[in-house]
Amino acid sequence: MKTETDTKAVEINRSIGDFHYQVDYAKDAGSGLSEKTIHYISDVKEDPDWVREFRLRGLKTFLEKPLPTHWASKDLEAIDFDKIRYYLSSGAAAKRSWDEVPEDIKRTFERLGIPEQERKFLAGVEAQFDSEAVYSNIKKAVGEQGVIFVGSTEGLKNHPEIFRRWFGKVIPIADNKFSALNSAVFSGGSFIYVPPGVKVKHPLQAYFRINAENFGQFERTLIIADEGSEVTYMEGCTAPKFNTATLHSAVVELVALKGAKIQYITVQNWSPNVFNLVTKRGLAHENAEVKWIDCNIGSRLTMKYPGVIMKGRKARGEVLSIALANDGQHQDTGAKMIHAADETTSNIISKSISIGTGRSTYRGLVHVPKHLKHCKNNTECDALLINATSRTDTYPAITVRGTGNAVQHEASVSQVSAEQIFYMQQRGLTEAQAMSLSVNGFVNDLVRQFPMEYSVELKRLIELEMEGSVG
Amino acid sequence: MKELRVENLHATIADKEIVRGLSLSVPRGQVHAVMGPNGSGKSTLAKVLAGHPDYHVTKGSVSMDGENLLELEPDERARRGLFMAFQYPSEIPGVTIANFLRAALQARLPEGEELDAADYYAKLYEKMELLGMDRAFTSRSVNEGFSGGEKKRTEILQLAMIEPKYAVLDETDSGLDIDALKTVAHGVNSLRGPNLGILLITHYQRLLNYVVPDYVHVMVAGRIVRSGRKELALELEERGYDWAREEEGEMALTR
Repeated sequence: MKTETDTKAVEINRSIGDFHYQVDYAKDAGSGLSEKTIHYISDVKEDPDWVREFRLRGLKTFLEKPLPTHWASKDLEAIDFDKIRYYLSSGAAAKRSWDEVPEDIKRTFERLGIPEQERKFLAGVEAQFDSEAVYSNIKKAVGEQGVIFVGSTEGLKNHPEIFRRWFGKVIPIADNKFSALNSAVFSGGSFIYVPPGVKVKHPLQAYFRINAENFGQFERTLIIADEGSEVTYMEGCTAPKFNTATLHSAVVELVALKGAKIQYITVQNWSPNVFNLVTKRGLAHENAEVKWIDCNIGSRLTMKYPGVIMKGRKARGEVLSIALANDGQHQDTGAKMIHAADETTSNIISKSISIGTGRSTYRGLVHVPKHLKHCKNNTECDALLINATSRTDTYPAITVRGTGNAVQHEASVSQVSAEQIFYMQQRGLTEAQAMSLSVNGFVNDLVRQFPMEYSVELKRLIELEMEGSVG
Repeated sequence: MKELRVENLHATIADKEIVRGLSLSVPRGQVHAVMGPNGSGKSTLAKVLAGHPDYHVTKGSVSMDGENLLELEPDERARRGLFMAFQYPSEIPGVTIANFLRAALQARLPEGEELDAADYYAKLYEKMELLGMDRAFTSRSVNEGFSGGEKKRTEILQLAMIEPKYAVLDETDSGLDIDALKTVAHGVNSLRGPNLGILLITHYQRLLNYVVPDYVHVMVAGRIVRSGRKELALELEERGYDWAREEEGEMALTR
């Protein structure tokens, strides 16, 4: 099996995810988007009628809404929606064992180290290859506690009573153009339900892989943590580097019921031709907590502002975000904190690093309406510029009304100075090592709050980026 | 011969010549002091030796144990055994002293070899004790929010950990009160030995009361105008830099 993976047919770059294999797709919706595409997807997936209708509403809304270029990057205009392929799969259901996953797909995940990580520290794994999950498994002990962890298609079919209740409720179809697009063509993603009081000790992980060129991946994730339960979900993603644009547009909805805690961790390492336009939002009921840890290293353009709606008293929302924009990349990220009950607290810490011609943008929305009492928000956003050509912008939008609510906002922009690099070089570090150490120092206090496995991975990715960026 | 050797060095910054024909050699195992008034080019000399990118060598040579240093990048010079204690050390936010020194030592190991963590910390704590530094210091970010004395002590700690062949100390005494000066001097003295050549750059005689040099060089207007035994420092203290300057003037006239 090993020899298959080592053949020369594979292209390897410095980036770990930059390789792809030829795969035959039994199901292919073709290029372009129309009602026909929707019906093709619904037929293949054997959608219930309500889902088919939901999709058609999504398509209509998507076509009606303009690209948000009045506030966002004009680079969005480079996406040719007619050239994109909206659905590609082998037509087989997700397997419960890696041995059953077809060889040509399995080797991709072997190479990315997913089965190994699963054995080491994960409670469950779902692996998505283009449009569909090819593998989905949960540790027996976790499954026996009543935890459900399946693909979205399986979730809506086998658990309609829970799925339908929350699906599209946190992020409505018309939230934005790309949530509408996702609603039209969604496929894959995870459905998780954690029963009351169950605390899932180890993380559940999903890995999203784009293999095909001119492809759009539109996974849809819905996580429901019932009263007093706790769960951590991690997602990773990679794609090979193609010369054409690839689109990734996910919708992720989290629901934390009374006293529940959800931690959602993303390591986004898409190749630099991917448009990553994602809508993520959590709903926190009374005394519940939703925490997003969001790291964006890859992609051409990322637009993503994870949000928390604090609906119940004493609910908590948190976004810890790290963005690294290298040459040709634009990381347009941030957070949205909507306070909708008394005594709710939110915390946003965002750190961005811009290298070469890289551009990072922070957009933050904090909303506390007039009638609320004793709400708190803390926002810190720091930007680090590596080169004179690097760029950063900050657009905070804070609307806090009423008395007795406290908001704190701090922002800083700093630059790695030539003196600092020289100082480190004088101690024997190469220029790249010095840069990498500076950048790691900059994000250090934030990374310390991340789970161990994740901070190691992140540090390694930053080092890879810095090595490539210094001549 | 094992020495740090500078010959007829000319160096500029922004097209202005600061070092103008300087020659000097520091054999391994000796301590040489370079004294000079403000603006004589002392700090420029230190930066040129370390390879600061803002300075350009227009003429002359610098070698370390026979190897031409001028062709090497700053980090290559450092790994070959040249250390410079900075007059104004940079802050590195978020990077602890322990991690920074670890990275510096790791950079000196052959590829694939890992620094032994236990040995490393044992050595680090030993050197810190020598410099009267609290262990808690290792978890502070490099130079961030440090007092002048703490910065200089940290420079000497790095010198002690890295164990170079040659060390250039650029105004290590500036901004120190007498107690801090004594501690730093004690640290430097304890590192003296046959394997280390030290070039002490200073404006004042007072450091030389505690770190007694083997030789003293007086630098004026970009070159060495006088060299002698340690007594020269005392003479200079007594007669002032004007005396040395006059000599320089005379030398200029006779050329």
